[in-house]
Amino acid sequence: MTTEALACTVNGRPYRLAVAPHHTLLDVLRDQLGLTGTKACCLVGECGACTVIVDGRAVNSCLMLALEAEGSEITTVEGLAREGHLSPLQEAFLDHGAVQCGFCIPGQLMAAQALLQRDAHPTVGRVREVLAGNLCRCGGYGQITDAVMAAAERTVR
Amino acid sequence: MNAPLVGLSPQRVGGRDRVTGAQQYVADIRLPDVLHAKLVTLDCARARLIGIDTAAAEQVPGVRFVMTAADLPQPVPRFGPQFQDRPVLAVGETKYHGEPVAAVAAETEEAAAEAARLVRVDYEVLPGGVFDLAAALDPASPLVQDPSLRPNDPLAGTNVLREHRYGWGDVDAAAADIVVEHDYAFPMVTHFAIEPHGFMAAPDGDGIAVWSSIQHPYWLQRILAQLLHLPLSKVRVYAPDPGGGFGGKQHAKLEPLVAFMALRAGRPVRLILTLDETFQAVRRTSAEVHVRTGLLSDGTIAFQDVRADYLIGAYADIADRVVSKGSYPACGPYRTGAARIVARSVLSHTTPATAFRGFGNPQVNWAVESNLDDGARALGLDRLEIRLRNLARRGEAFIPGDTPADGDWRESVERAAAAIGWATPLAAGHGRGIAVGIKSGPTTGLSLATVRLLADGSVIVYAGTSDMGQGARTVLAQIAAQELGAPLAWVQVVMGDTAIVPYDQQTSASRSSVLMGNAVLGACRQIQAQLCAMAARLHDVPPSAVTIEGGVVRLPDREATILEVLKPGLGRLGGELIGNGESRKEEEPGHPLSGRPAFFEFNCTAVEAEVDQATGATVLSRYVTVSDVGRALNPLQVTMQDEGAAIQGLGHTLWEHLIFDEAGRIRNLGAIDYRIPTTLDLPLEMHSEMVENGDGPGPYGSKGMSEGALLCVAPAVAAAVAEATGVVIRDLPLTPERVWRALTGARSPAQSETREPVLAGPVERR
Repeated sequence: MTTEALACTVNGRPYRLAVAPHHTLLDVLRDQLGLTGTKACCLVGECGACTVIVDGRAVNSCLMLALEAEGSEITTVEGLAREGHLSPLQEAFLDHGAVQCGFCIPGQLMAAQALLQRDAHPTVGRVREVLAGNLCRCGGYGQITDAVMAAAERTVR
Repeated sequence: MNAPLVGLSPQRVGGRDRVTGAQQYVADIRLPDVLHAKLVTLDCARARLIGIDTAAAEQVPGVRFVMTAADLPQPVPRFGPQFQDRPVLAVGETKYHGEPVAAVAAETEEAAAEAARLVRVDYEVLPGGVFDLAAALDPASPLVQDPSLRPNDPLAGTNVLREHRYGWGDVDAAAADIVVEHDYAFPMVTHFAIEPHGFMAAPDGDGIAVWSSIQHPYWLQRILAQLLHLPLSKVRVYAPDPGGGFGGKQHAKLEPLVAFMALRAGRPVRLILTLDETFQAVRRTSAEVHVRTGLLSDGTIAFQDVRADYLIGAYADIADRVVSKGSYPACGPYRTGAARIVARSVLSHTTPATAFRGFGNPQVNWAVESNLDDGARALGLDRLEIRLRNLARRGEAFIPGDTPADGDWRESVERAAAAIGWATPLAAGHGRGIAVGIKSGPTTGLSLATVRLLADGSVIVYAGTSDMGQGARTVLAQIAAQELGAPLAWVQVVMGDTAIVPYDQQTSASRSSVLMGNAVLGACRQIQAQLCAMAARLHDVPPSAVTIEGGVVRLPDREATILEVLKPGLGRLGGELIGNGESRKEEEPGHPLSGRPAFFEFNCTAVEAEVDQATGATVLSRYVTVSDVGRALNPLQVTMQDEGAAIQGLGHTLWEHLIFDEAGRIRNLGAIDYRIPTTLDLPLEMHSEMVENGDGPGPYGSKGMSEGALLCVAPAVAAAVAEATGVVIRDLPLTPERVWRALTGARSPAQSETREPVLAGPVERR
């Protein structure tokens, strides 16, 4: 299998990898880096389970070739906690009952994180709009929205 | 440490792993030396298999072998929870779009996928496939199932698998002032758990280990043991928490195939389905329900005459049980003078239907509740009042000879009506709907639990329940923590390993808080008895003089913590205390469902909606759900489950339906063309309440819950749409197109409403 070189940073750690040109960022994160927190579901960019943050933007990693991440800073769900301490967003998800089966949660967290990095105090409507691309079959949208709003409140200085 | 935990809402046990990405679902588990499997399927539903040429596939570098039916023991083993009808691989014929005909095992996923494409299947598409009820019931149609699989069954020469008849009184002689009679349709929908199905198997000494996102690990263990001719002790099922189950992961699907492949390879084999393959693997039974309701002029229900035909798939799975259990309480939570229920499970060349949250009840409740609304409209009665008039009171045997009404159901209805503002003026263009529903809890059951109280007061609970999002781990940990006086963080819950965790029949029917909860409670009581004996010995008092409650040991002259008894009690050798608990609900031979339900889930849902006349889109301005839960062991989790069920039910109410073409192929596989609810579909106001009267059979008076809310979504929403627009629609889903056509038909009768929406392309079939 021919490979190409890829240099990127994932969760603050620099990597030099040899990746197959046709592999997606999702493939590389899960199978080469062992970061299985990011999930595979629809593989067509519709469900959001594979959402990660690339250079500050929420991205469906199933739709991005790994090589497109050359030189990029990538954050996955494994990168949210700091030295074992959950982020305010992660705590809010737990406090507000936003986590049921949990399979959609990494994607929800990364989409919400990307939003809060750009807009620290979004409206409820904005949160719903931004998370519309993250499907939750357990139907936890009410609690997920509450959690994101609560996390936004917590960042008030 | 002594504060009660039950009734509070501590953070979900297992929640931290889910928000950090540490939670291991089956696809995340990495086994060394694993082979990757890929299924070979055909692009049609029904085909005669002439030959399979694997030569080209085997040439792909990295491919180890291609498994076909010919490679399996002959005759090809069949399995299934109700009937042993499903072959491990298709034999001679495929019976549904996506039925596997072969499977490749290769060193990489890519090699397996490439090889799967190169497997040459010589097949002949068979005409006359049966994809809807009309075709299935037509005597001229081919039989889906070989009659020889059902010897001595008078229905074997038809596509009707089973016919179930229930009822009481004499419907034909019952007097009624009006009779309301309509047909209702419930669509074919699929579970679409965000985690696609995944399976792994590996030789394990002289036995086998299997990993599956299975809701019933012990049932799977039994089936595998039978198929592989192994003792149960040599079949180890690992059941990682499923990423959503909803019934679609209850029973064996591809585990047998993967197990045979692993034994052939002598290595682990891993098969993770794509979302499209998952859609082809499981769905809910669809149904056409004909309801004749006889009412007196004051709204009293004189009789219900219900004919429900459920379309199941090519293999029965648990779908016939869905039909019987779902249709048995078809009359709903009402006093019904006379009833006749005829429900049939009808085979078809489609994806095997299986359990799905609600288990056959949503389909019938949609019809019966909607019909009652029609009766109310015809009589000029308020739709809330007609329900209150007929609602069974606590203790009433509303189904003769069966579990009586086990709650103050009127309270739920009154609270829902108040929360929706039923009596208040409606804005123009708005409508309100209200619906009730009951679902039978488990009719039989067996849950064993073991609890270990360790020397430092920490606790390990072994419980075979599957935590697929409902929060079983948390609730069971709360019970143990409260009974043994341990902080919640000191309780470890071990699930999902049949070699370590004692037997649990299954996780379904909203049973686990009650059955497994009682088993855990029983195990804790055994430990408490040992602690009492220990304290009695230490303080030289009779054991009868010692009691324990909430982690406090009460002696005649003093109190002590459990730890203050445990440490000296265990002495220099240390050790631990072990307790075993059992919850058993025996079968009742002669009962149509093999047993009366342990409890009923009761829900009342009220909705306010308006319809965009230009687009047919339904906007839910206010949504209220009230469930009778006995006691909320974890109130936040109860809310999550109740609201989650409501959101999930909006799917089949407003958008979801699988679309089949003339060849029986599903045309809307996958997330782009199959529309499930998103955040933008949340009602503008969502409100849930729970009624807690401590009147359930579970720990602290709890009942099971989480399915009730699903029963009432469709009839409540449709009633609101009917009031808002004046148009009554009896076929789900109420897509914008269907609503718009109904509105258009109502405005200009020349463009009359068609029963099935005509799409620009393949015709939709049910």
